[in-house]
Amino acid sequence: MDKVYGRSSLLTDNVMHYCPGCSHGTIHKLVAETIEEMGLQSETIGISPVGCSVFAYNYVDIDWIQAAHGRACAVATAVKRLQPDKMVFTYQGDGDLSAIGTGETIHACNRGENIVVIYVNNAIYGMTGGQMAPTTLLGMKTATSPHGREAAIHGYPYKIAEMVSLLDGVCFVTRQSVHSPAAVRKAKKALRRAFENAQAGMGLSFVEIVSSCNSGWKQSPVEANHWMEENMFPFYKLGDLK
Amino acid sequence: MAEIKGTINVDRERCKGCGVCLGACPFDVLALSAEVNSKGYPFASQVRAEACTGCANCAVVCPDGCIEVFRKIWKK
Repeated sequence: MDKVYGRSSLLTDNVMHYCPGCSHGTIHKLVAETIEEMGLQSETIGISPVGCSVFAYNYVDIDWIQAAHGRACAVATAVKRLQPDKMVFTYQGDGDLSAIGTGETIHACNRGENIVVIYVNNAIYGMTGGQMAPTTLLGMKTATSPHGREAAIHGYPYKIAEMVSLLDGVCFVTRQSVHSPAAVRKAKKALRRAFENAQAGMGLSFVEIVSSCNSGWKQSPVEANHWMEENMFPFYKLGDLK
Repeated sequence: MAEIKGTINVDRERCKGCGVCLGACPFDVLALSAEVNSKGYPFASQVRAEACTGCANCAVVCPDGCIEVFRKIWKK
């Protein structure tokens, strides 16, 4: 029989520390597969964030720098300007990119740095125990909003992909997911397009991936994927924004 | 018509038993095992192996990259 699908050679043998069913594993796999297919293993520098995916460097066999909380886009800017021939991308969660790192992200987008931003939005702080994030949906229960998020007290969730799509430096903004085989295949195509944009020097590409955090949401992995389809997608609509 | 036959190989020690692959399979080939691996997780295994077409949906959604997929097509 012919092998039609196997583990990417860019994924290391380390077993990922993520909870069973975590979307991070799937997204790491897509990043590894895309870089492998483009033949850019020795040309790619990833910037890992603070959050669950802080250990991304243990799992994808490329060069990595681990940035201070929220500062991945600033570090990526420096790396890309010093090494313009390299492919530079950041991999950030919503707690990192849309909370403490909002300023760095918006300015990197506005400057149109030739980098790729991979933004994993699971609407919660997973690593620290499921606290409310800026992206938490209204009514969603978290460790710090046990009665559900209320707009009058906590403000509204915000859509950073729509915000950055208004900026001239950004060439490609898309929102994808990895909950089903079709969604995973589409997300991989979006990543490929983003990496190609960065190589062509077209500006910043912003790929948001709406993800599940089954431990933070207190659900099983399969339930979390269903909950995400019913509750996250109506607010965070999938598709290309720019 | 061509006949298609597929099969998968699950890395039992890497599998965490999340069950995402079970719902991704269009032919209900997979189920979680009754036994557990050395970490205490049940793992995905083929219970209707004859129905597998090697579509790779299970492997595509697997967060831990534990599934390899093989396929053979016979042209009639």
